Amino acid sequence: MRIDVLINYLPLYKKAALLTVRLGLAGIVFAILIGLFCALIQYFKIPFLRRIVSVYIEISRNTPLLIQLFFIYYGLPKIGIRTDAETCGIAGLAFLGGSYMAEAFRSGLEAIPDIQRESAYSLGMNHFQTMWHIILPQAISISIPAFVANVIFLLKETSVFSAISLMDLMFTAKDLIGLYSKTTESLFLLVVFYLIILLSVSLLGSLLERRLRYAGFGS
Amino acid sequence: MGEILLSVENVTKSYGKNVVLDDMSFQVRQGEVIVVVGPSGCGKSTLLRCINALEPIQSGKIKLNGEIVNPDGKNLTQLRQKIGMVFQSYDLFPHLSVLNNIMIAPCKVQKRKKDEVQKEAYALLERVNLKEKADSYPRELSGGQKQRVAIVRALCMHPEILLFDEVTAALDPEMVREVLDVILGLADSGKTMIIVTHEMQFARAIADRILFLDGGKIVENGSPEDFFEHPKTERARKFLHTFEFNRIKQVHHSECEEQNA
Repeated sequence: MRIDVLINYLPLYKKAALLTVRLGLAGIVFAILIGLFCALIQYFKIPFLRRIVSVYIEISRNTPLLIQLFFIYYGLPKIGIRTDAETCGIAGLAFLGGSYMAEAFRSGLEAIPDIQRESAYSLGMNHFQTMWHIILPQAISISIPAFVANVIFLLKETSVFSAISLMDLMFTAKDLIGLYSKTTESLFLLVVFYLIILLSVSLLGSLLERRLRYAGFGS
Repeated sequence: MGEILLSVENVTKSYGKNVVLDDMSFQVRQGEVIVVVGPSGCGKSTLLRCINALEPIQSGKIKLNGEIVNPDGKNLTQLRQKIGMVFQSYDLFPHLSVLNNIMIAPCKVQKRKKDEVQKEAYALLERVNLKEKADSYPRELSGGQKQRVAIVRALCMHPEILLFDEVTAALDPEMVREVLDVILGLADSGKTMIIVTHEMQFARAIADRILFLDGGKIVENGSPEDFFEHPKTERARKFLHTFEFNRIKQVHHSECEEQNA
């Protein structure tokens, strides 16, 4: 392995890593919103909408991201919806992540015993106050481990973005290997950059877990 | 005794075909302490849950100060603020400190000033000897302490009536006393209460009136002396007899232990 090659490649990888993180985070933010929305619909058993949500969750969880991206990138223009590759990547990640997040939040919501809701009601809280002050903080706290696992999973999934010609880490590595055949250096940097991104997310995750585990539960 | 505060009029509650409350009627006057006793499954807890509109009723009316308590009513959250409830299982909010457990409803629901509520919360905690636990979390408290906090939480809303649903049933025997003492203190200060309990001696000591329920009906409704000394019905005699038997068994048990020791 040659250090000068690594140093030469570094700026390219840095650029690609930034793209990976930017698209990944944007996709994850939308996935959280979709997930929360779906989880609440299922928790409150809203008729009709909950059917749509469960169909969505099944489709989204049981198809690979690559196929979803192809569908969005090549399929949607056929019905007149034209977007750039970056938007497609974000949309694909949000579509996939939404269902995983929904399941994480739902399990958190369902873990809260009814008595919590009833106590809040008996103190005169309305539905919104009960949800906002009592149920959601506890549910989110319970969901954190699953949530962090999902974030890591989704960031790893961004490696298929190269299939719709987004210049992410994977794309850069493959590109460089194709151009200069410096396989070792290219793959080494690929691993290092993914580790930098994902280890820091892991670390943040466990900090978050400790911070939000205030409830401690078991009471 | 004061004005009629709460009236339960011909209330029927059923789960499917299972009738839990059967055309039940009674009234509670201002300052009165009602103790509800009866075998398990007689509808005691359901009665309290219906009064607080946690369960819908199939027919009849529940009125607080003449206002109908109804799960679909528009003024429900207003009415519930006047009805304090303490549950059997510890129902404190685990993600909030003791102080915030007490303050959240007065601050968020009644929109009272924070410092004023905090002052009151500390005063109430002092009354139940838990002032030093204000910043603890529920998980750090014993069962008896949790129930005392739950009582304070209900009190801080200034309810007109307090409902206690077997608040000592899940507690260790030594902790029962500390909770019952708090409730006795409330009775002395003239709070209107409906108490569901299995502690017969406590019932006798605190009650202005005993309601004995069986099969969703009020079988006896009278003073504690009448109920415990001269129960009118065979059903009540049988019920009281089981407690007598338990006491004999306990005495017998402790004698055995003494012999063994």
